[in-house]
Amino acid sequence: MTAVIEEPTAVAPIPAPVARTITVKIRRFNPETDTEPHWESYDVQAFPTDRVLNLLFKVKAEHDGSLTFRRSCAHGVCGSDAMRINGVNRLACKVLVKDMPSTVTIEPIKGLKQEKDLVVDMEPFFEAYRAVKPFLITYGQQPTKEYTQSAHDRERFDDTTKCILCAACTSSCPVYWSDGKYFGPQAIVGAHRFIFDSRDQGTEERLEILNDREGVWRCRTTFNCTEACPRGIEITKAIAEVKKALLFRRV
Amino acid sequence: MAIHHHTYDVVIVGAGGAGMRAALESSARVRTAVLTKLYPTRSHTGAAQGGMAAALANVEEDSWEWHTFDTVKGGDYLVDQDAAEVLAKEAIDSVLDLEKMGLPFNRTPEGKIDQRRFGGHTRNHGEAAVRRACYAADRTGHMILQTLYQNCIKQDVEFFNEFYVLDVLITDGRAAGAVAYELATGDIHVFASKAVIFASGGVGKVFKTTSNAHTLTGDGQGIIWRKGLPLEDMEFFQFHPTGLAGLGILLSEAARGEGGILRNADGERFMERYAPTIKDLAPRDIVARSMALEVREGRGAGPHKDYVLLDLTHLPREQIDEKLPDITEFARTYLGVEPYTEPVPVYPTAHYAMGGIPTNIKGEVLRDNENAIPGLYAAGEVACVSVHGSNRLGTNSLLDINVFGRRAGIYAAEYASTATQAGLPADPSASVISLVTGLLESAGSERVSTLRTELQQTMDTNAQVFRTEMSLKQAEQDIQALRERYKNVAISDKGKRFNSDLLEAIELGFLLELAEVMVVGARARNESRGGHMREDYPNRDDVNFMRHTMAYRGEDGSVQLDYKPVVVTRYQPMERKY
Repeated sequence: MTAVIEEPTAVAPIPAPVARTITVKIRRFNPETDTEPHWESYDVQAFPTDRVLNLLFKVKAEHDGSLTFRRSCAHGVCGSDAMRINGVNRLACKVLVKDMPSTVTIEPIKGLKQEKDLVVDMEPFFEAYRAVKPFLITYGQQPTKEYTQSAHDRERFDDTTKCILCAACTSSCPVYWSDGKYFGPQAIVGAHRFIFDSRDQGTEERLEILNDREGVWRCRTTFNCTEACPRGIEITKAIAEVKKALLFRRV
Repeated sequence: MAIHHHTYDVVIVGAGGAGMRAALESSARVRTAVLTKLYPTRSHTGAAQGGMAAALANVEEDSWEWHTFDTVKGGDYLVDQDAAEVLAKEAIDSVLDLEKMGLPFNRTPEGKIDQRRFGGHTRNHGEAAVRRACYAADRTGHMILQTLYQNCIKQDVEFFNEFYVLDVLITDGRAAGAVAYELATGDIHVFASKAVIFASGGVGKVFKTTSNAHTLTGDGQGIIWRKGLPLEDMEFFQFHPTGLAGLGILLSEAARGEGGILRNADGERFMERYAPTIKDLAPRDIVARSMALEVREGRGAGPHKDYVLLDLTHLPREQIDEKLPDITEFARTYLGVEPYTEPVPVYPTAHYAMGGIPTNIKGEVLRDNENAIPGLYAAGEVACVSVHGSNRLGTNSLLDINVFGRRAGIYAAEYASTATQAGLPADPSASVISLVTGLLESAGSERVSTLRTELQQTMDTNAQVFRTEMSLKQAEQDIQALRERYKNVAISDKGKRFNSDLLEAIELGFLLELAEVMVVGARARNESRGGHMREDYPNRDDVNFMRHTMAYRGEDGSVQLDYKPVVVTRYQPMERKY
């Protein structure tokens, strides 16, 4: 008998992740020194699993510390870093370098005033949100414990509760670009979340606000907002549901 | 540098869960301003996922007393038991209040708030896991943040967004206001107020691998520290078991509450060996340590055997979609893993500061072991009340911000409605102006990003899940060297508008000082308790260390340690088994 000694199976060496050079082209503007925004390009090394937000960190650390952008959670839940990345609105922390060509262009979101580099004035955006009364309105005595709500009723407005107020939708809307008066898709999403909540009793007053000349009827169903939403909210559908509620005065 | 003056009754620093919950109480009673370095909805409360604990008993028998016990035991008996009792009792109304404010909780078939299991929460003092966590899918924190913000809009709460508070004013031993730097303009704002509430969140950015936002740099703790006031139990930091491997992005414990299982490279459900009764639902310190041990002993998964696996593949897809939609999307987006069919690579990630600014159960900030500073309050992760002791239970932080945020808001407003405004110092903004101009005019050569990376690296290497005298000494030396180099830090943006370069330099200053407090406290604590695991002292030592650390800043900037007794009411320390 021959003893059989098993040869250890050769394990293929694990290839180290390969960094590649990415040219980051940024629409820069410093109100203290520039009269006009302009493009600047920077080359950085990036791994496929890096996020576009990491590219900005690298530019800031290695090239120019004055590069300015908002960021906080860095994984798509706080809504700070909505930007135009290669022409479409995205959160910089939710786009990976592996899905990007070797040149990445980054601009501030449109329709809101560029304050400095990728920072825009968010006030008009939040003002539109506040205008639609985005809070639960109830009358009469409150229950001792909780309001009850069926799982079915809870499901009706689930999609629009996901909104993180990043402004990717509103700043992708051509109607919003053309004049600053339209509430924009986010405000309608914010209203939808309460209009279709079975506990809410403010539907009439909220619908009246949205029935305004600058309200839901300005929507031209271009679907840009739905494409842009990093939370996957079906925004155009939500707007259609609000329009229907207005037409039939029934939710 | 332009200086603006404001007068309020109460100033709240921070607009996350604790700050906005406080604001809803305070602004209903007295003139209140909320200052945040972000926009309120960017706060990291929104990243919390799994739930908020309360013994509602909506789905099975439960009691606030069991909740209190679990909190005390979960914190490895370093919890102040009077505070834990307040937390567990007031939990029930806190959840019901949020529901009435509009929070869209998941529902039971009867339409009540649904509840699920979470680590360390048990029936009848440890018999079995209990369904106590009230939740909205895996975005409970998001819903709390949004609901509180919506109610602040309803109540017309006055916010100062992107105002970075850099100093608190204290005169004659009383709170007198706060000083902020306005990011948009570079102007200085002096807020005179009768009361100040700190609700500015945690300090996770001292670590490299963390679930924390970039903005969590311990500003509130740092301001208090520089005032010569104590910080409590800073050595206790929670490492959440399931961060996405290599990234630190949080995957909620709800994944295990819903039935997810941790496995090593052999596919073994290793938690059966470490916590035979509640297995994967043991408290976070135990699970994180068990995972790190599996990896250290060679049973880690992946090409470098450096993580373990979170297995959800046996769960029905509908359950994953309904209960865990966000975290499964994180796995897909950031690791390219499909949780329906593949286990997800996970490893512990720095998550939560148990320690912070010491307060009593009214939220009043303590100047020593017993005495409060009139008019100064703190709540939420920035504070240490101490309901979390040496290890926080999952779902108790969303609870903490609501219970103690509310309390701080009420007590601060009540105080402010009778107190007089304390006099302001002759030049109230002097120290902030000197801090800002010092950095703007620095001709040094050190870069913020370099120093920050080195700090985070040494903390991950030397002060993470496992610690020893040697490793902590190394960390302390590294931090001291970095603090020296920080004196020579320079920024390239010298402008006034949205100067994030300056902001990050200031934040780094706080991080460096707080990291030193954490490490010095950890080095002195020669025992293992909760989140603080000393390999050279593997056992809990109740004789010498059943006490809170109180760290003070010495005249020369060094860390001086003192101690404070733990409040024990019902529960005597026992061995902690699950």
